[in-house]
Amino acid sequence: MSTAASTESPVYTDAAVRGFALAAVVWGVVGMLVGVVIAAQLAWPELNLGIPWLSYGRLRPLHTNAVIFAFGGSALFATSYHVAQRTGQTPLFCPPLAMFTFIGWQLVIVAAAITLPLGYTQAKEYAELEWPIDILIAIVWVAYAIVFFGTIGIRKVRHIYVANWFFGAFIIAVALLHIVNSAVVPVSLWKSYSVYAGVQDAMVQWWYGHNAVGFFLTAGFLGMMYYYIPKQAERPIYSYRLSIVHFWALVFTYMWAGPHHLHYTALPDWAQSIGMIFSLVLLAPSWGGMINGIMTLSGAWHKLRDDPILKFLIVSLSFYGMSTFEGPMMSIKTVNALSHYTDWTVGHVHSGALGWVGLVSMGCLYHLIPRLYGRTSMHSVKAIDLHFWIATVGIVLYIASMWIAGVMQGLMWRATNPDGTLVYTFVEGVKATFPFYVIRLAGGLLYLTGMAVMAWNVVMTVRAGKPHVARIPLVAAHA
Amino acid sequence: MDILYLLIPLSALLVLAIVGVFAWATFSGQFEGLEREGSRILASDDAAVDAGQPVRGDSGKKLKDCDAKSP
Repeated sequence: MSTAASTESPVYTDAAVRGFALAAVVWGVVGMLVGVVIAAQLAWPELNLGIPWLSYGRLRPLHTNAVIFAFGGSALFATSYHVAQRTGQTPLFCPPLAMFTFIGWQLVIVAAAITLPLGYTQAKEYAELEWPIDILIAIVWVAYAIVFFGTIGIRKVRHIYVANWFFGAFIIAVALLHIVNSAVVPVSLWKSYSVYAGVQDAMVQWWYGHNAVGFFLTAGFLGMMYYYIPKQAERPIYSYRLSIVHFWALVFTYMWAGPHHLHYTALPDWAQSIGMIFSLVLLAPSWGGMINGIMTLSGAWHKLRDDPILKFLIVSLSFYGMSTFEGPMMSIKTVNALSHYTDWTVGHVHSGALGWVGLVSMGCLYHLIPRLYGRTSMHSVKAIDLHFWIATVGIVLYIASMWIAGVMQGLMWRATNPDGTLVYTFVEGVKATFPFYVIRLAGGLLYLTGMAVMAWNVVMTVRAGKPHVARIPLVAAHA
Repeated sequence: MDILYLLIPLSALLVLAIVGVFAWATFSGQFEGLEREGSRILASDDAAVDAGQPVRGDSGKKLKDCDAKSP
C-alpha cells in the first residue's frame, strides 16, 4: 500500500488482466481455426492429407482444448482478476503470482499445441493432456486460487459481490475435478494409465466432463455475466437476491448430472437415474440465472438497439437458456436413446459453446479491453455489430444442421425391418450426413470470420490506446 | 463399485464444507443489504474513464512486488 510519505492513491494491478484478455482473442482465432479444419476433414477426409500431425483424431482434442481452456480459460482468468479487484476495491493479492499464472497458462497451451498433434494423449475427453502438463496445470491452478482468494481476502468492501462466488466455485471445483480425473500411473515421460478402469473410469471421466461444463463453462462465465451485464447496461442485476439463490442451487445440483453421459452403458441403473433426475432439476436454477441476466434490461430494452455489446451479452443468455433446456431434455433416457453418439450431441455442445460461452466472452472482452487501454469503447462499434450478426448466423447454421443430422442418424441407426434386421448400414448414415457436415462447416467459417473481425478491432483499439493505470476510488467505510 | 467407499465419504465431507461456507456467509452479514450491494458495482471504477474522456495511461510502470506501491 502507499507509504505514509506518498500522497498518490493506490492503483489496480491489471498487467495479467491485459495479458489474458489479449491471449483470449488470439487463442479464440486459433481454436476456431482448428475447428474449421476438422469440420472440413469430416466432410472431406482427404484433408487429413496422410499426415499424422494433421489427422482428425489428433486435431480434434487440440480444437477442444484450445477453445475451452485457451480461449475460455484466458477469458476467465482476465475477467476474474478484473472483477475481484473492482468489486473489492483492492489490487490483486500478489501481482507477480498473477503474472506467473499468465505465463504458466500460456505454457500449458503451447505444450498442448505441441503434444496433441504428436499423438500424446490420455484419451480422456477434455482431459487429454499427458501427466507432465497435468502437473503444470495443477501448479498454475493453485497459484490462481491463491491470487483470487487472496484478493477476496484483502478486499476493502465487506460484501463479496455475487460474481466472485461464481468465480470462486469455478476455481475450487476445477481443482477438485482436475486432480481426481487426472490421477494416473506414468510409465514414461509422455505415457500414463488411468488409476481407474472400465466403467468406473467412465464414471469418473464423466463426473469430470460434466462438471467441467457446469463449473468451468457455466459457473465461471455466469460470474462474468453477473458483473459485465450490469456494467454495460448501467443497471443493477434484476434481482440480486435471486442471484444468490441461483448460485447455491446451481452448485448443489450440477455435481450430480454426470451420469447422463452414460445412459444405457454398463453404469448401474441407479446412477443413470440420479444423473437424469438432477439434470432435469438443473433446468430451474439455470433458467433463474438466465432470467436474472436478461431482465436486467427491463425498462431499458431500447439500449439493445444501439449497443452491440449488449446484443452479445443478452443473446448469449438466450443461447444459455436454450442449451440448458436442451440438455435436460437430452438427459431423459428415452430421448438419450436416440441422441447418444449422434451429431445432436455435437449440436448441443456448440449451441452452448458458440452461443453462450463464445458470445458472453466476446461481449465481456469488448467491454473490458478498451478500458484496459484507457478508452471507453472499441476502435469500431460498427465492427462489433458486424461480428455479432456474422457470429449469430454462423451459430444458427451450425446448430440447425447438427440437429437434423443427429436426429436423422438416430432414426437411421434404429430402423429395423419386420424380420428384425437393420434397414441401414452404418456407412449409409455417414453418407446421408455429408450435406449437413458442409452446412456446419459454413456455420463454423462464419463464426471464425466474426472472431477475425474481433481480432482486427482489438488490434486497432490497443494500438490507439496505452495500458491504463486505474486509480482505486476511495471507499467509504462499509458498516 | 468399490469406488463408492471413496466417493460417498468424500461427497459428505464436501457437503459439510459447503454448509460451513454458507453458514459463514450468513453469519458474517454477506446477505444483508442486498439491493445496495447489487448497485454498488455501478459506481465509478475509475473517475476519468467513466467521465467519457479517453485517458492516457501514465508511465504504466509495473508494480514491482506484492505490496501495491503506486508508480
